[in-house]
Amino acid sequence: MAEQIRATHELHTRRLSRNVGLGVVLVLFVGMVYGLTIAKVGTDPNDELGAPWAQAQERAAE
Amino acid sequence: MTDTTILDQNRDAGFGDYFALLKPRVMSLVVFTAMVGMLVAPGQINPFVGLCAILFIAVGGGASGALNMWWDADIDAKMKRTIKRPIPSGRIEPGEALGLGVALTGFSVILLFLATNWVAGALLAFTIFFYVVIYTMWLKRWTPQNIVIGGAAGAFPPMIGWAAVTGDITLESILMFALTFAWTPPHFWSLALFVKSDYKDAGVPMLTVTHGRKVTRNHILAYTFVLAAVALGLGLTSIGGPAYMAVAVIMNAWFIKGAIDIWRRTDEDSEADSHLVERKFFKFSLFYLFIHFGMLLVETSLAPLGLGGW
Repeated sequence: MAEQIRATHELHTRRLSRNVGLGVVLVLFVGMVYGLTIAKVGTDPNDELGAPWAQAQERAAE
Repeated sequence: MTDTTILDQNRDAGFGDYFALLKPRVMSLVVFTAMVGMLVAPGQINPFVGLCAILFIAVGGGASGALNMWWDADIDAKMKRTIKRPIPSGRIEPGEALGLGVALTGFSVILLFLATNWVAGALLAFTIFFYVVIYTMWLKRWTPQNIVIGGAAGAFPPMIGWAAVTGDITLESILMFALTFAWTPPHFWSLALFVKSDYKDAGVPMLTVTHGRKVTRNHILAYTFVLAAVALGLGLTSIGGPAYMAVAVIMNAWFIKGAIDIWRRTDEDSEADSHLVERKFFKFSLFYLFIHFGMLLVETSLAPLGLGGW
Protein backbone atom coordinates (compact mmCIF):
# COMPACT_ATOMS: atom_id res chain seq x y z
CA MET A 1 0.00 0.00 0.00
CA ALA A 2 1.37 3.39 -1.01
CA GLU A 3 2.48 5.69 1.78
CA GLN A 4 0.03 8.49 2.43
CA ILE A 5 1.14 12.01 1.66
CA ARG A 6 1.31 14.06 4.82
CA ALA A 7 -1.13 16.95 4.67
CA THR A 8 1.07 19.45 6.46
CA HIS A 9 4.74 19.60 5.67
CA GLU A 10 6.94 22.14 7.47
CA LEU A 11 6.94 24.11 4.24
CA HIS A 12 3.15 24.38 4.40
CA THR A 13 3.39 25.74 7.93
CA ARG A 14 5.84 28.35 6.73
CA ARG A 15 3.61 29.34 3.84
CA LEU A 16 0.63 29.52 6.17
CA SER A 17 2.56 31.83 8.51
CA ARG A 18 3.40 34.06 5.55
CA ASN A 19 -0.17 34.19 4.32
CA VAL A 20 -1.70 34.76 7.74
CA GLY A 21 0.96 37.38 8.52
CA LEU A 22 0.26 39.25 5.31
CA GLY A 23 -3.47 39.04 5.97
CA VAL A 24 -3.06 40.51 9.44
CA VAL A 25 -0.85 43.31 8.08
CA LEU A 26 -3.43 44.18 5.42
CA VAL A 27 -6.30 44.23 7.92
CA LEU A 28 -4.24 46.46 10.23
CA PHE A 29 -3.41 48.73 7.30
CA VAL A 30 -7.10 49.17 6.44
CA GLY A 31 -7.88 49.88 10.09
CA MET A 32 -5.03 52.38 10.28
CA VAL A 33 -6.11 54.30 7.17
CA TYR A 34 -9.67 54.39 8.53
CA GLY A 35 -8.43 55.61 11.92
CA LEU A 36 -6.17 58.22 10.33
CA THR A 37 -9.08 59.51 8.25
CA ILE A 38 -11.25 59.91 11.34
CA ALA A 39 -8.39 61.54 13.27
CA LYS A 40 -7.49 63.95 10.48
CA VAL A 41 -11.05 64.91 9.62
CA GLY A 42 -11.98 64.98 13.28
CA THR A 43 -9.48 67.71 14.15
CA ASP A 44 -10.77 70.25 11.64
CA PRO A 45 -12.68 72.85 13.69
CA ASN A 46 -14.77 73.79 10.65
CA ASP A 47 -15.86 70.21 10.15
CA GLU A 48 -18.93 68.65 11.72
CA LEU A 49 -16.76 65.84 13.12
CA GLY A 50 -13.98 68.14 14.23
CA ALA A 51 -15.93 70.88 15.99
CA PRO A 52 -16.36 69.00 19.32
CA TRP A 53 -12.66 68.16 19.37
CA ALA A 54 -11.67 71.77 18.64
CA GLN A 55 -14.03 73.02 21.35
CA ALA A 56 -12.54 70.55 23.83
CA GLN A 57 -9.06 71.81 22.97
CA GLU A 58 -10.15 75.42 23.52
CA ARG A 59 -11.63 74.52 26.89
CA ALA A 60 -8.42 72.71 27.86
CA ALA A 61 -6.35 75.73 26.84
CA GLU A 62 -8.46 78.01 29.05
CA MET B 1 16.68 12.46 -3.97
CA THR B 2 13.09 12.48 -2.82
CA ASP B 3 10.50 15.20 -3.33
CA THR B 4 10.79 16.08 0.33
CA THR B 5 14.48 16.91 0.10
CA ILE B 6 13.88 19.09 -2.94
CA LEU B 7 11.25 21.01 -1.03
CA ASP B 8 13.60 21.44 1.93
CA GLN B 9 16.38 22.78 -0.23
CA ASN B 10 14.18 25.37 -1.92
CA ARG B 11 13.04 26.96 1.27
CA ASP B 12 10.00 29.14 1.14
CA ALA B 13 10.35 32.12 3.41
CA GLY B 14 8.02 32.44 6.37
CA PHE B 15 6.56 35.73 7.59
CA GLY B 16 9.32 35.99 10.18
CA ASP B 17 11.98 35.98 7.48
CA TYR B 18 10.49 39.07 5.85
CA PHE B 19 10.19 40.68 9.27
CA ALA B 20 13.88 39.89 9.94
CA LEU B 21 14.76 41.88 6.80
CA LEU B 22 13.51 44.98 8.61
CA LYS B 23 16.15 44.61 11.39
CA PRO B 24 13.64 44.66 14.26
CA ARG B 25 16.31 45.10 16.95
CA VAL B 26 17.54 48.34 15.40
CA MET B 27 13.90 49.37 15.07
CA SER B 28 13.44 49.44 18.85
CA LEU B 29 15.97 52.30 19.18
CA VAL B 30 14.30 54.10 16.27
CA VAL B 31 10.85 53.77 17.86
CA PHE B 32 12.02 54.91 21.29
CA THR B 33 13.97 57.98 20.14
CA ALA B 34 11.30 58.99 17.61
CA MET B 35 8.68 58.73 20.34
CA VAL B 36 10.75 60.93 22.68
CA GLY B 37 11.30 63.48 19.89
CA MET B 38 7.55 63.60 19.35
CA LEU B 39 6.54 63.78 23.02
CA VAL B 40 9.00 66.52 24.03
CA ALA B 41 8.16 68.71 21.02
CA PRO B 42 6.12 71.83 21.72
CA GLY B 43 2.66 71.58 20.23
CA GLN B 44 0.00 68.96 19.94
CA ILE B 45 -0.57 65.96 17.78
CA ASN B 46 -3.59 63.72 17.74
CA PRO B 47 -2.52 60.59 19.70
CA PHE B 48 -3.60 58.23 16.91
CA VAL B 49 -1.79 60.29 14.29
CA GLY B 50 1.27 60.32 16.57
CA LEU B 51 1.13 56.55 16.96
CA CYS B 52 0.86 56.10 13.19
CA ALA B 53 3.74 58.56 12.63
CA ILE B 54 5.99 56.49 14.92
CA LEU B 55 4.93 53.37 13.03
CA PHE B 56 5.79 55.01 9.68
CA ILE B 57 9.19 56.09 10.99
CA ALA B 58 9.81 52.51 12.19
CA VAL B 59 8.71 51.10 8.83
CA GLY B 60 11.01 53.59 7.07
CA GLY B 61 13.86 52.37 9.28
CA GLY B 62 12.89 48.80 8.40
CA ALA B 63 12.86 49.63 4.70
CA SER B 64 16.42 50.92 4.90
CA GLY B 65 17.35 47.72 6.76
CA ALA B 66 15.93 45.59 3.93
CA LEU B 67 17.77 47.67 1.31
CA ASN B 68 20.96 47.38 3.35
CA MET B 69 20.62 43.58 3.45
CA TRP B 70 19.96 43.51 -0.29
CA TRP B 71 23.12 45.47 -1.07
CA ASP B 72 25.32 43.78 1.54
CA ALA B 73 24.22 40.19 0.83
CA ASP B 74 27.72 39.35 -0.46
CA ILE B 75 29.52 40.44 2.70
CA ASP B 76 26.78 39.11 4.99
CA ALA B 77 27.53 35.65 3.55
CA LYS B 78 31.16 35.98 4.68
CA MET B 79 30.58 36.92 8.32
CA LYS B 80 29.50 34.60 11.14
CA ARG B 81 27.23 37.23 12.71
CA THR B 82 25.26 37.78 9.51
CA ILE B 83 25.45 34.49 7.61
CA LYS B 84 22.07 33.36 8.95
CA ARG B 85 20.27 36.45 7.66
CA PRO B 86 17.40 35.71 5.25
CA ILE B 87 19.31 36.44 2.01
CA PRO B 88 22.67 34.69 2.63
CA SER B 89 20.81 31.69 4.08
CA GLY B 90 18.83 31.43 0.85
CA ARG B 91 15.38 31.88 2.34
CA ILE B 92 14.76 35.16 0.53
CA GLU B 93 15.94 36.22 -2.93
CA PRO B 94 17.91 39.50 -3.11
CA GLY B 95 15.32 40.87 -5.55
CA GLU B 96 12.55 40.27 -3.02
CA ALA B 97 14.44 42.27 -0.39
CA LEU B 98 14.96 45.09 -2.89
CA GLY B 99 11.27 45.08 -3.79
CA LEU B 100 10.19 45.06 -0.16
CA GLY B 101 12.64 47.84 0.72
CA VAL B 102 11.54 50.10 -2.14
CA ALA B 103 7.85 49.46 -1.51
CA LEU B 104 8.12 50.15 2.22
CA THR B 105 10.17 53.29 1.55
CA GLY B 106 7.40 54.71 -0.64
CA PHE B 107 4.74 53.56 1.82
CA SER B 108 6.36 55.06 4.90
CA VAL B 109 7.46 58.38 3.38
CA ILE B 110 4.15 59.13 1.64
CA LEU B 111 2.01 58.14 4.59
CA LEU B 112 4.16 60.09 7.06
CA PHE B 113 3.84 63.13 4.81
CA LEU B 114 0.05 62.70 4.56
CA ALA B 115 -0.39 62.02 8.27
CA THR B 116 1.85 64.85 9.52
CA ASN B 117 3.72 67.28 7.27
CA TRP B 118 6.24 67.49 4.44
CA VAL B 119 9.22 68.27 6.69
CA ALA B 120 8.81 64.97 8.55
CA GLY B 121 8.23 63.10 5.27
CA ALA B 122 11.29 64.68 3.64
CA LEU B 123 13.47 63.95 6.68
CA LEU B 124 12.41 60.29 6.62
CA ALA B 125 13.15 60.07 2.88
CA PHE B 126 16.56 61.66 3.46
CA THR B 127 17.30 59.26 6.33
CA ILE B 128 16.62 56.24 4.13
CA PHE B 129 18.65 57.74 1.28
CA PHE B 130 21.50 58.54 3.66
CA TYR B 131 21.60 55.06 5.19
CA VAL B 132 21.24 53.14 1.95
CA VAL B 133 23.16 55.24 -0.57
CA ILE B 134 25.65 57.33 1.41
CA TYR B 135 26.43 54.76 4.11
CA THR B 136 25.73 51.28 2.72
CA MET B 137 26.62 51.73 -0.94
CA TRP B 138 29.32 54.37 -0.72
CA LEU B 139 31.18 54.78 2.55
CA LYS B 140 30.80 51.50 4.46
CA ARG B 141 33.37 49.64 2.38
CA TRP B 142 35.55 52.67 1.78
CA THR B 143 36.41 54.37 5.04
CA PRO B 144 36.99 53.23 8.63
CA GLN B 145 34.87 56.22 9.67
CA ASN B 146 31.88 54.20 8.39
CA ILE B 147 30.57 53.85 11.94
CA VAL B 148 30.38 57.62 12.34
CA ILE B 149 28.48 58.00 9.06
CA GLY B 150 26.16 55.07 9.81
CA GLY B 151 25.47 56.56 13.22
CA ALA B 152 24.11 59.68 11.58
CA ALA B 153 21.37 57.67 9.88
CA GLY B 154 20.37 56.14 13.20
CA ALA B 155 20.30 59.59 14.78
CA PHE B 156 17.56 61.11 12.62
CA PRO B 157 14.43 59.51 14.21
CA PRO B 158 14.05 61.97 17.15
CA MET B 159 14.41 64.81 14.66
CA ILE B 160 11.65 63.27 12.51
CA GLY B 161 9.43 62.78 15.57
CA TRP B 162 9.96 66.43 16.51
CA ALA B 163 9.22 67.58 12.95
CA ALA B 164 6.03 65.48 12.88
CA VAL B 165 4.64 67.71 15.64
CA THR B 166 6.21 71.08 14.86
CA GLY B 167 6.84 70.88 11.10
CA ASP B 168 10.21 72.41 11.86
CA ILE B 169 13.91 71.75 12.46
CA THR B 170 15.21 73.57 15.54
CA LEU B 171 18.24 73.62 17.83
CA GLU B 172 16.57 71.11 20.15
CA SER B 173 15.93 68.59 17.41
CA ILE B 174 19.44 69.06 15.98
CA LEU B 175 20.96 68.41 19.42
CA MET B 176 18.83 65.27 19.87
CA PHE B 177 20.25 64.14 16.52
CA ALA B 178 23.77 65.04 17.65
CA LEU B 179 23.36 63.05 20.88
CA THR B 180 22.85 59.73 19.07
CA PHE B 181 25.34 60.72 16.37
CA ALA B 182 28.19 61.39 18.84
CA TRP B 183 27.21 58.40 20.99
CA THR B 184 27.59 55.82 18.20
CA PRO B 185 31.42 55.90 17.78
CA PRO B 186 32.38 55.33 21.44
CA HIS B 187 29.60 52.76 21.76
CA PHE B 188 30.62 50.77 18.71
CA TRP B 189 34.38 51.14 18.91
CA SER B 190 34.46 50.03 22.56
CA LEU B 191 32.69 46.87 21.37
CA ALA B 192 35.20 46.50 18.54
CA LEU B 193 38.02 46.51 21.11
CA PHE B 194 36.86 43.29 22.77
CA VAL B 195 34.89 41.39 20.13
CA LYS B 196 36.72 39.57 17.40
CA SER B 197 34.92 40.40 14.18
CA ASP B 198 35.41 39.13 10.65
CA TYR B 199 34.81 42.49 8.97
CA LYS B 200 38.34 42.30 7.63
CA ASP B 201 37.62 39.07 5.73
CA ALA B 202 34.50 40.71 4.31
CA GLY B 203 36.50 43.72 3.10
CA VAL B 204 34.88 46.24 5.42
CA PRO B 205 37.48 48.64 6.88
CA MET B 206 37.25 48.89 10.65
CA LEU B 207 39.27 51.44 12.59
CA THR B 208 40.77 48.78 14.89
CA VAL B 209 42.20 47.02 11.82
CA THR B 210 43.09 49.91 9.51
CA HIS B 211 44.60 52.29 12.08
CA GLY B 212 45.19 50.03 15.05
CA ARG B 213 43.74 49.76 18.49
CA LYS B 214 45.65 52.69 19.99
CA VAL B 215 44.11 55.07 17.44
CA THR B 216 40.70 53.55 18.19
CA ARG B 217 41.21 54.33 21.90
CA ASN B 218 42.10 57.94 20.97
CA HIS B 219 38.96 58.21 18.84
CA ILE B 220 36.77 56.88 21.66
CA LEU B 221 38.12 59.56 24.00
CA ALA B 222 37.69 62.38 21.46
CA TYR B 223 34.11 61.43 20.60
CA THR B 224 33.24 61.02 24.28
CA PHE B 225 34.22 64.65 24.88
CA VAL B 226 32.09 65.74 21.93
CA LEU B 227 29.23 63.61 23.25
CA ALA B 228 29.44 65.15 26.72
CA ALA B 229 29.35 68.66 25.25
CA VAL B 230 26.27 67.79 23.19
CA ALA B 231 24.50 66.06 26.10
CA LEU B 232 25.05 69.00 28.43
CA GLY B 233 24.19 71.51 25.69
CA LEU B 234 20.89 69.72 25.14
CA GLY B 235 20.15 70.18 28.84
CA LEU B 236 20.34 73.96 28.45
CA THR B 237 17.68 74.10 25.74
CA SER B 238 13.93 74.39 26.21
CA ILE B 239 13.51 70.60 26.51
CA GLY B 240 16.18 70.22 29.20
CA GLY B 241 15.91 71.10 32.86
CA PRO B 242 17.46 70.54 36.30
CA ALA B 243 16.55 66.84 36.52
CA TYR B 244 17.99 66.08 33.07
CA MET B 245 21.06 68.19 33.81
CA ALA B 246 21.78 66.49 37.14
CA VAL B 247 21.63 63.04 35.56
CA ALA B 248 23.58 64.17 32.47
CA VAL B 249 26.42 65.64 34.54
CA ILE B 250 26.81 62.42 36.53
CA MET B 251 26.51 60.11 33.54
CA ASN B 252 28.89 62.12 31.36
CA ALA B 253 31.48 62.43 34.12
CA TRP B 254 31.33 58.65 34.46
CA PHE B 255 31.47 58.15 30.71
CA ILE B 256 34.47 60.46 30.33
CA LYS B 257 36.24 58.66 33.16
CA GLY B 258 35.60 55.36 31.37
CA ALA B 259 36.93 56.77 28.08
CA ILE B 260 40.08 58.07 29.82
CA ASP B 261 40.60 54.64 31.41
CA ILE B 262 40.29 53.03 27.97
CA TRP B 263 42.65 55.61 26.48
CA ARG B 264 45.31 54.98 29.13
CA ARG B 265 45.29 51.23 28.68
CA THR B 266 47.51 49.21 26.42
CA ASP B 267 46.37 46.06 24.66
CA GLU B 268 48.40 44.04 27.16
CA ASP B 269 46.47 45.62 30.07
CA SER B 270 43.27 44.96 28.23
CA GLU B 271 43.97 41.32 27.53
CA ALA B 272 45.21 40.75 31.08
CA ASP B 273 41.76 41.40 32.55
CA SER B 274 39.73 40.12 29.55
CA HIS B 275 38.89 43.68 28.41
CA LEU B 276 37.05 44.44 31.64
CA VAL B 277 37.15 48.24 31.30
CA GLU B 278 36.09 48.14 27.65
CA ARG B 279 33.22 45.78 28.46
CA LYS B 280 32.02 47.99 31.33
CA PHE B 281 32.20 51.08 29.12
CA PHE B 282 30.18 49.37 26.37
CA LYS B 283 27.53 48.15 28.83
CA PHE B 284 27.26 51.63 30.30
CA SER B 285 26.87 53.12 26.82
CA LEU B 286 23.69 51.07 26.34
CA PHE B 287 22.11 52.74 29.38
CA TYR B 288 23.61 56.11 28.53
CA LEU B 289 21.41 56.84 25.52
CA PHE B 290 18.28 55.31 27.03
CA ILE B 291 18.65 57.36 30.24
CA HIS B 292 19.34 60.64 28.42
CA PHE B 293 16.28 60.36 26.20
CA GLY B 294 14.31 59.04 29.18
CA MET B 295 15.24 62.13 31.22
CA LEU B 296 14.00 64.39 28.43
CA LEU B 297 10.67 62.59 28.81
CA VAL B 298 10.79 63.10 32.56
CA GLU B 299 11.29 66.85 32.08
CA THR B 300 8.27 66.98 29.77
CA SER B 301 6.18 64.93 32.20
CA LEU B 302 7.08 67.27 35.06
CA ALA B 303 6.08 70.37 33.10
CA PRO B 304 2.32 70.15 33.87
CA LEU B 305 3.24 70.08 37.58
CA GLY B 306 5.26 73.26 37.16
CA LEU B 307 8.49 71.36 37.85
CA GLY B 308 9.98 70.54 34.45
CA GLY B 309 12.25 72.75 32.37
CA TRP B 310 14.22 75.82 33.31
